[in-house]
Amino acid sequence: MHANICDYLLDAVQNSIEAGAASVKVDLQETEDMLEVTVHDNGCGMSPEALEAAKDPFTTSPGKHDHRKVGLGIPFMLQHAETTGGMCDITSVPQEGTTIRCTFPLDHVDTPPVGDVVSTWVSALNYPGPHEMEICRSLSTGEAHGCYRIVRSELSEAAGGLEDAGALALVHAYIASLEASLTQHNEEKRS
Amino acid sequence: MAKMTLEQLRALREEKTKELSRRDISDKQAYIVVGMGTCGIAAGAKDTLNAFIKELDTYNLTDVSVTQTGCMGLCYVEPTIEVTCTGMPTVIYGKVDPETAQAIVREHIVNKRLVNDHIFDRPAADIIGGGGR
Repeated sequence: MHANICDYLLDAVQNSIEAGAASVKVDLQETEDMLEVTVHDNGCGMSPEALEAAKDPFTTSPGKHDHRKVGLGIPFMLQHAETTGGMCDITSVPQEGTTIRCTFPLDHVDTPPVGDVVSTWVSALNYPGPHEMEICRSLSTGEAHGCYRIVRSELSEAAGGLEDAGALALVHAYIASLEASLTQHNEEKRS
Repeated sequence: MAKMTLEQLRALREEKTKELSRRDISDKQAYIVVGMGTCGIAAGAKDTLNAFIKELDTYNLTDVSVTQTGCMGLCYVEPTIEVTCTGMPTVIYGKVDPETAQAIVREHIVNKRLVNDHIFDRPAADIIGGGGR
């Protein structure tokens, strides 16, 4: 099991990139009592049989670990979403792509913490490759609404790449400012 | 912190680039690769990656490349990272929590000394032989 919801998200994003996706869309919507995570890609997709196999913890994709028989990312995610009263739905079409959508009720005692959203975006954006990535994050409680959007190519151009430590420090500061504005916005509304 | 715009990010970058050119640094000093498979993620690899970014920034080492890869096969000592640094052997470190990441920047990259108790030499044999990624 992963320690927080953001780790599941990061795992799913990595799967999309490894599936050869040219475009990955990540959506994280948080309300007072529910967190919804969607990762959509236009990668190689999976046949219904391959999708069923991906849900089995004792199967991994060919070429990844030829001598090993475990693939825990998706099985963990399914199990965690289901045991907390949420859901996890995966749809996939070969040569078209895959969409994973999971919900986690935030008031369930077994729901893991959301995790560090800023570090998650930095890690997801840093994964090397020519793919595009769009991240949409929204926080919507009874008192406040806020959202932001990050486009990988735009951010990379503005920060001077997503690989050098100097650029990544800038990216971290940038995303932290976006995330902080959501929380500040909420705090202002509450006070 | 006020919400930054991409224009402000560009301005900040230009400022930093000017600082950098004053110090006349050319080639990359080091390459760090963080293992970010399911095992790495479960062990906290994203915190390790971010700890590297922060620590390198603290030392003003902007010309270090930080990237990711999948599982290196050493799932039992995750998070694992590989460091390639001028004048040092290429090393795979295991059990790299944020504190160890700080030690690797300080010792391996800055002081050119190995962090001995975290060395795990190379990826697992079946991963190298099997052409894993």
